[in-house]
Amino acid sequence: MANLKSTEKKTKAQAMGMHTEVLTGRTQQKFFNPDEAENFYYFGTYDVDFNKRTNLDVKDMTAAEANKEIDNLMSQGFGTIVIKNPQGKHSLGVGILNKLNLIFEGSLGYFGMGSCDGPTVRINGRVGWSCAENLMAGKVVIEKNAGSCFGAAIRGGDLICKGSVGARTGIDMKGGTIIIGGDAGAFTGFMMQRGRIIILGDVGINLGDSMYDGTIFIGGQIGSYGSDAVDSELTKNDQDWLKRKLKVAEIGENFDVSKMKKIVAGKKLWNYDNLEPTEKKGAI
Amino acid sequence: MCGIAGLIHRGKSSKVGHELQGMLQALKHRGEDSTGYALYGDTDGKNFIMRFKVGENVGEGSTSVSEDVSVYDERKKVVDNYLLELGAKIIKQDRILPYSLRYEIEYDKKDLLSFSQKIESIPGVEILSMGKSLEVIKDLGNAKMVCDRYNLDKVVGTHAIGHARMATESGVDIKSAHPFWGYPFSDVSVVHNGQLTNYWNNRRSLENKGMRFMSECDSELIAVYLAEKMRDGASLEEGMKESLAGLDGVFTYFVATKDSLGMAKDTMAAKPLVLYESDDLVAMGSEEIAIRSILPQEIDTYDPFDGEVKVWQI
Repeated sequence: MANLKSTEKKTKAQAMGMHTEVLTGRTQQKFFNPDEAENFYYFGTYDVDFNKRTNLDVKDMTAAEANKEIDNLMSQGFGTIVIKNPQGKHSLGVGILNKLNLIFEGSLGYFGMGSCDGPTVRINGRVGWSCAENLMAGKVVIEKNAGSCFGAAIRGGDLICKGSVGARTGIDMKGGTIIIGGDAGAFTGFMMQRGRIIILGDVGINLGDSMYDGTIFIGGQIGSYGSDAVDSELTKNDQDWLKRKLKVAEIGENFDVSKMKKIVAGKKLWNYDNLEPTEKKGAI
Repeated sequence: MCGIAGLIHRGKSSKVGHELQGMLQALKHRGEDSTGYALYGDTDGKNFIMRFKVGENVGEGSTSVSEDVSVYDERKKVVDNYLLELGAKIIKQDRILPYSLRYEIEYDKKDLLSFSQKIESIPGVEILSMGKSLEVIKDLGNAKMVCDRYNLDKVVGTHAIGHARMATESGVDIKSAHPFWGYPFSDVSVVHNGQLTNYWNNRRSLENKGMRFMSECDSELIAVYLAEKMRDGASLEEGMKESLAGLDGVFTYFVATKDSLGMAKDTMAAKPLVLYESDDLVAMGSEEIAIRSILPQEIDTYDPFDGEVKVWQI
């Protein structure tokens, strides 16, 4: 675990209360060098052409067969793939580490678009539990409703649901942005560590329970606050960012963001200190 | 983890046996230790239909002790005698399997409690359901196996609930399989997905109030809990709302009566449920693929929120 320390240097994001500490511990090693071009691509990914478009009917395919065929189409250079008849199948579109326009004409079951990095996805239907879990980058737009654990543990990217979502949205999220046009269930932002959640409608009980960091913006009513979730001042910077984000997300463009509530971590959790676990033992 | 499914047609009947089979089979990956159906078929409403068992399925995977078929025969004879003593007349009887029977009986008294107590005083005999529309059929295996074994494909009715079970808290046997009859209430059945953590406290309390448990499956508590509430005058919906506080743990459950179907979800929303609702049909299941098995076209579905209770009428 990295050593979390306060910093004097304030970025704009930090000024908005989004990240108030920097990673300075042993794990902050440089795995990624932006000067090296090969670091922008995963091994085995493809150079695709977004103007090259095809349809894929997955009605009679298993999820594994469908995902394999998506990979096969990308290998042929197809940059826009339209999936027909997903019919609520689980685990469709998982593990895509490529730039790709992916359109689902229908609904997905559990774990749709899990562990992806890079694609732009539009789902013209509903999604089941754990949609886009572990998303690293890219954009996933759901036109209807979503199940529980929406955007669980995402690290980056934009995850947008135009309808309502179930419980534990953004559980354990570590970055990125989740935007919900409708309502959200209980335990939204449960144990979130970074990133931002925007809910335009109402939210259920235990909002932001045990959150470590990150920011939640709520447009409607809050069922109740979770442990260590506290109100914070909605700044001009916040409002500008919200307006911009909602516009890009094609959702709530005319929403009055000035009335939104901003919730952050109170940082009173027992383990929210500067000690590594091994150091903690020594201290005891 | 178990899977549950249910549907209710409003204003018409349909082949609910076939439809529920498709929904439960789509959920078989959630558990196929046993599968159960509570079907509300079209009947003339005059006679009671009693589904009961005189033994257990001791096939592969069962945790039950094997018994000779002659033991089942003996128990059946005692049941027949007791029915005579109770003033019940057997109109029709089917022995679907050596251990599983379906009786159509003429019984004009309203007291199903003493009736059931008498029948279930026979060791090894359990009434799976009693009602003028309800029939609970449950056995080991997945939805298709049970449907084929009991010829449920052609059952026509208005609504149904079912359960695909992965045994975790109790044995692989019929007595622990869902649905549970809301003993001693006619035509009440329950299926559940989840774990109840205050099972023993509630069970002791309800047993002290004269309620009966047949298994050690925590899900049975829901049926008994609701039955006790209704016995004390609560409506089904009131009982279900009270259960959100009275039952501890994580759960999504369905309960059905002769003319209604309801769902309840715990306050942590830890168990899944997807719901489709239109003017003439409500279909719901642990996963959307259950609903898709009967509605393959594009439809709007949603997850009910935490602490939500809904009841629909036929």
